[in-house]
Amino acid sequence: MERLTKTIKECESLAFDLNFKEAKKWKSEGADRVLVGYLPIYVPREIIHAANGLGVGIMGVGDRKQIIKGDAYYQSYICHLPRGIIELALDHNLDGFDGFLFPAICDCVRNLSGMFKIVKKGKFTRYFDYPQNFDMNIGGTFYRELIETVMADIKAINGVEVTVEQLNHSIALYNKNRSLIEKIYNIRQEFPWRLSAVDFYHVLRAGLVIPVERHNEMLEEVYSVIQNDIGEPMDNIRIVISGSFCEQPPIGLIKSIEMAGCYIIDDDFMLGSRWIMGDVDATTDNPLNALVSAFLEKSVPSSAIYDVDNPKGKRLVDQVRMRQADGVIFCAASFCDPALLDRPDLQKACDEAGVAHINFQFHENTGQFKVIKEQAGTFSDSIKLWV
Amino acid sequence: MSNPTEAIKEKSMVIQKEMLGDLFTQLSNAKENGKKVVYTFVPGNLTELILALDMLPVYPEINALQSGMRKKSGSYIKDAEKLGFSEDVCTYVKCDIGMMLNGNIGPTGEQLPPPDLLLLSYTGCFTFLKWFENLERLYPGVEIAMLHTPYQEDGKITDDQINYMVKQLTEEVIPKLEKVAGKKMDYDRLSKMLENSSKSEQLWVEVLQSAKNVPSPIDSYFAGVYYMGPLFTAFRGTEKALEYYQELHNEVFERMRLGLHPINPEGEMKEERFRLVVEGPPNWTNFREFWKIFYDMGAVIVASTYTKVGGVYDGGFRHEPEKPLESLAKYCMGCYTNLNLPQRVDLIEHYIKEYKADGFLINSIKSCNSFSAGQLLIMREIEQRCGVPVGFIESDLVDPRYFSYANIKNRLESYFQMLEQRKIIMQQEGASI
Ligand code: SF4
Ligand code: SF4
Repeated sequence: MERLTKTIKECESLAFDLNFKEAKKWKSEGADRVLVGYLPIYVPREIIHAANGLGVGIMGVGDRKQIIKGDAYYQSYICHLPRGIIELALDHNLDGFDGFLFPAICDCVRNLSGMFKIVKKGKFTRYFDYPQNFDMNIGGTFYRELIETVMADIKAINGVEVTVEQLNHSIALYNKNRSLIEKIYNIRQEFPWRLSAVDFYHVLRAGLVIPVERHNEMLEEVYSVIQNDIGEPMDNIRIVISGSFCEQPPIGLIKSIEMAGCYIIDDDFMLGSRWIMGDVDATTDNPLNALVSAFLEKSVPSSAIYDVDNPKGKRLVDQVRMRQADGVIFCAASFCDPALLDRPDLQKACDEAGVAHINFQFHENTGQFKVIKEQAGTFSDSIKLWV
Repeated sequence: MSNPTEAIKEKSMVIQKEMLGDLFTQLSNAKENGKKVVYTFVPGNLTELILALDMLPVYPEINALQSGMRKKSGSYIKDAEKLGFSEDVCTYVKCDIGMMLNGNIGPTGEQLPPPDLLLLSYTGCFTFLKWFENLERLYPGVEIAMLHTPYQEDGKITDDQINYMVKQLTEEVIPKLEKVAGKKMDYDRLSKMLENSSKSEQLWVEVLQSAKNVPSPIDSYFAGVYYMGPLFTAFRGTEKALEYYQELHNEVFERMRLGLHPINPEGEMKEERFRLVVEGPPNWTNFREFWKIFYDMGAVIVASTYTKVGGVYDGGFRHEPEKPLESLAKYCMGCYTNLNLPQRVDLIEHYIKEYKADGFLINSIKSCNSFSAGQLLIMREIEQRCGVPVGFIESDLVDPRYFSYANIKNRLESYFQMLEQRKIIMQQEGASI
């Protein structure tokens, strides 16, 4: 238990270290190591790992940094995340990073990739344009070429030629990472009081800034401790959070939801770490293709992927059922087109399936949670009354 | 102030009006006549493919902007918001959804037919993808074809990207179009259309470049949005569009020969005081009032980025009849909002220099992250590189709640004063040399 407390404390400071000291320290310990920063949601970190790199998730500054320059780069009606990230870049917090990947989630992130080019950050910046075609020969080929381009970018810096063995090894490590994360979610589904949502959040977010090997050790430790009957259950409802996959809610908000009587038993906070559902084949002689087909076939439902043949609404309802949750809290960043444009349809799917839901919007630096707490509290009470 | 008069109608305007009238009649009779209807987007559209299969295109963005101009968008947006759409998201989407909820009545007052196919070729804007996911829910079971257009993230179009697009076209998009049309693609016909496209594009570029002349015979933004219509929407590749651009070209070049100024809704400008380059779409709900602020001040927009959302033809691109699919792929990838930020800055810088602009103005649109995210950095870069006064105003495309006339007018007046002062200083400096 003491060990768990210590690990969680460590994760908390790692998760919000906006100077990325651990990642930079890791880099300094090897001549050909590279740091590749990536924005939400997903990049296949396996390829960076195999090339002796560390993929570092840059999830915004939350309420931990005052934005001064960033506000001069963004109009008031643009979400908060990119202004925090440009502030980090201009304040030299990202110095030492070799490259940056901007996954195709929205036009803010897309245009931020160009801003990084203009302000000359990193030796390379790439908009990581996931295919929206899911045929192996069409979208798969394109995606493979995209991955190879990033590998070439890294090789141009450190000269590392990735072997099949190395890539399979990296794939196996990330398989283990995802599997441990899911195991913790599974335990929390039944016994959410054993690890609070905030603590789990810190544990997950820490994994974005340290080597996967170390994160796996931490997850193993957390997993082993929470198999024991610890903590005190409370009369809370169980909810799923949807819509927080990019700009992250402040910790105070997550805390408020739980304190208001809602156990968060699933969410999309660190969706990128859970992107591939299940394992990527780590035993083939073509591990790149294994990564590609995993993306095409096993991607988690998300606002970043064209979903017409596989509606997200249904998948959300399935998730609620699978987790035996009592309801959904739609919790999206203000001005987040992808999350907010998906919301009505997701709400409709919930309504049709009889799943209760509420929604609110936030900024990563929202400081007032009273209203949200009241709303979540009323939601919890109303469900308890009727269930 | 001049009195509002009937807008001057040049022959090209009459032709365009006829073209639009004819299209909307065809659309309202589509079901009776067995014509298939394809909903698709303007940037990176595949109009020639649709027309070569005798189908009719509908562009939801155009419906939205027309609703804005007809003052219907405000209530449509509110209806969509009642359905759960946030106040924060793109108002084009909400306006379109609201219009559907209200019977899908098009600009001519007739009902638009429902789609037989949603052709989602999403160029330069991620929201399009969300828009079509929402449309699919409104028309359950409708056929869907998806063309993913890669972004020019590295400032160029790569062979991998072209191959990806051509494969999507040949293996998925065209078969789906053929299935819905009930006929096979006639590639000779397609090539002929692309030849027409290319000719129209050449004429369009010459019209745009006429604004390099001092004084400019055209306003490249406010009038430009009318001029670009046939090429950017349902008519590219047709004989009629070619006829339109030939006529427009003749008119503009005649104006230039005579040293005339641009036409606006109240007649002809009498003086060109300021030459501006504008970035960003216009506001549609108060389009005329917005335009008037400029022409009353003698400000002419000599180049704009918005008139490149349907293709940056002045960069040299033309559809190629010999390589139809490859050139359609390049076309989609070459539209303005598919350029990366450094490319956009370069293009604007080029416009300011080539078109001898006195200033650079951004109309930042609340709805549109594709355009707006990064504009403040664009503004700084342009200020540094070109040394011209930059201006910044904010409005929205079709949400009347975000168009504050007084605010915009004040800001523009101050901006024009700044331009005026700079002119005087420059003249004095010039005189003293
Ligand atoms: S919060 Fe939403 S709008 Fe903002 S960068 Fe992320 S995905 Fe884009
Ligand atoms: S975000 Fe901009 S480009 Fe995209 S649909 Fe809205 S207005 Fe059009």
